[in-house]
Amino acid sequence: MTRTLAAKILAVALGASLVAACTSTSDDDPAEPTGPVELTFWSWAPNIEKLVDRWNADNPETKVTLSKQAGGADIVTKLLTAAKAGNPPDLAQVEYQSLPTLVSNDVLADIAEQAKPLAEKFSEGTWRQVTLGTEAVYAIPQDAAPMMLYYRTDLFGQFGLTVPKTWEEFAQTARTLRGKSKKHFLTTFSANDPGWFAGLAQQAGANWWGIDGESWRVTVDDAGTKRVADYWGGLVGEGVVDGKPMYTPEWNKSLNDGTLLAWPSAVWAPGVLVGNAPATKGKWAMAPLPQWSAGENRTGNWGGSSTGVTAASTHKAAAVRFATWLNTDPAATTMLVRECAVYPAARDAQSGPALASPPDFFANQTDFYPLAKQIADTAAGVTWGPNVNVTYETYQDVFGKAITAKTPFGAAVDAMQTATVDDMRKNGFTIAG
Amino acid sequence: MPTATPGVRRRGRRTGVPYVFLAPAVILFLAFFLAPIGYAGYLSLRKVRISGLGLGRGSRTEVFAGLENYRNAVTDSELWSGALRVLGYGALLVPTMLGLALLFALLLDRPRARLARFSRTAIFLPYAVPAVIASLLWGFLYLPATSPLNDLLARFGLPEPDLLGTGAVFYAVVNIGLWGGVGFNMIVLYTALRAIPPELYESARLDGCSEIQVALRIKIPLLTPALVMTTLFTMIATLQVFSEPMTLAPMTNSISSTWTPLMKIYRDAFATDDRYAAAATSVLIAAITLLLSLGFLRLVQRRAFGQEQ
Repeated sequence: MTRTLAAKILAVALGASLVAACTSTSDDDPAEPTGPVELTFWSWAPNIEKLVDRWNADNPETKVTLSKQAGGADIVTKLLTAAKAGNPPDLAQVEYQSLPTLVSNDVLADIAEQAKPLAEKFSEGTWRQVTLGTEAVYAIPQDAAPMMLYYRTDLFGQFGLTVPKTWEEFAQTARTLRGKSKKHFLTTFSANDPGWFAGLAQQAGANWWGIDGESWRVTVDDAGTKRVADYWGGLVGEGVVDGKPMYTPEWNKSLNDGTLLAWPSAVWAPGVLVGNAPATKGKWAMAPLPQWSAGENRTGNWGGSSTGVTAASTHKAAAVRFATWLNTDPAATTMLVRECAVYPAARDAQSGPALASPPDFFANQTDFYPLAKQIADTAAGVTWGPNVNVTYETYQDVFGKAITAKTPFGAAVDAMQTATVDDMRKNGFTIAG
Repeated sequence: MPTATPGVRRRGRRTGVPYVFLAPAVILFLAFFLAPIGYAGYLSLRKVRISGLGLGRGSRTEVFAGLENYRNAVTDSELWSGALRVLGYGALLVPTMLGLALLFALLLDRPRARLARFSRTAIFLPYAVPAVIASLLWGFLYLPATSPLNDLLARFGLPEPDLLGTGAVFYAVVNIGLWGGVGFNMIVLYTALRAIPPELYESARLDGCSEIQVALRIKIPLLTPALVMTTLFTMIATLQVFSEPMTLAPMTNSISSTWTPLMKIYRDAFATDDRYAAAATSVLIAAITLLLSLGFLRLVQRRAFGQEQ
């Protein structure tokens, strides 16, 4: 949901940008039945209608009708319901972590036959998100959301802080800041944003689900996750990192008035800052996420989405062609960046002309996108499970409770593991171990 | 509606006319009330069965679950702690709300009440604000960083309360309910007060009653039916408390996704994709609400409506 908000806000900021004037060529599949085809497409990306219009202008034989949706979490519920009622759209935008849920509910089609050759256009980690580690392909990646550290250059200077390269340094920076000012926090730990925590855990090597032959492996409580939880639990307990949720009026205010100095976030953060902290334009800079050991280069993903074709679609081949164009054609990905303000998942697009200049909000940081690409290449791959929704929902409850009751975060991770496994067992999934 | 009583009205031909008039209401009632309830009842007896990884075609089937969903609901401690919280919420909200509504209604009904029209509208107006908007507005007032109250306290160097903290958040939610609901109940009671014949007051005053005595001995007893009705409505609204905590939840760590039973139903149905559990809990709560309402009615029926029979 936060991902959507971010995208929406960024879109407003970039709304006035120009559209690159290139033409696309539609490669005609000989096996395709001839005659006009009508496709329906659900998406929440801002300005995605401009891409659909472009496609329709170039491909009069395959008309795509767009239906704008509320967002990543809502679209899943709606897709499940529509599929059950027998009238889902042909295509839908889906966040990576929701893919297994939709696949498990038979909502998405396996498009491996047509889409397999696209694998080379994406990084291995990104591609794994749409194959779920199987031979099938369930969607075509649209955008990636590698995590990085955003910080206030002016306030770091004012308090004499240096940009932390490791989490150890990050903790020390948080302490130093509290020593100098009781009003400021380096950052906040949010119990509202499971996707954020998942990204941080991925960086530490967490992989919450895996597939062993015919059974699932569930390790939400693996060493990496525990490490991240214990680390933040320690900082919140010590009082050097705030424990208030993100995306609240209070959080906006803290970003605006500078009482929060840094934000571990994803590549789409500039869009959020434009909307939520407009007063701080030009005062931020971006750096790689602090590392668990010096010299390492790793990160995780917070969000990111793909385009899936539904199992009930009667024009799957045409739908895959549209999804392929949307996410890999240079003209389309340029529009995705400029109009929809996403960081494209296709590797070619990541060094494309659309990303030559930094986002307006970071005008001073000319190497914003080259640095982002470097960071994106270090993102850990991950396999999502069939009930991420349960794990995420539990995260919000147990971490909220751990913060208010001042109990260890490690126990909260255990509760996430238990809730996830219990839910899977209840539904009859085969679980290893 | 004139109905044909046996032995009295025999001359008219039996026609379908009444049924034609009834049909729209009956059809709507069936289609949008009974059928969904029936479907919820059906869903509550089903569950999902997954084989293996659950990723292939047809690996997910819906099977009969018997009473399993109900058993899970009844043994779910989260649900009951939520239910207890709502009972506490009601125990605090219902008397406060009706007390205030009654007080305002009586004050407005006083002869020579000043600014009556303005006060009436001012007290009623919050009822016109949707609960979600009201909760957002109050959320801003509660959050320490945006609250004008905390701003003021900080200026005088006083400790700043966190009104969305663990203990306070309960009262914060009660306050929103109170703010939004008092006006409606006041109008109901006030209207009932205006319907009392003024001769009663005149004779009371002739007998030497003070205004307070008129209120306590004449107005309140005559208001009993209206009080019963408003209590019942408030009780039902209380059991269904949802919008306020749901809207406040993202702003604070203190409100979990199962804070009230309805929030748990919402979570099951729309967040964790278990509509079967949600259906079972819904049926359970509907049954409990019905029982409580009937119980309350039976308790007060004779007192409130005795004179009407």
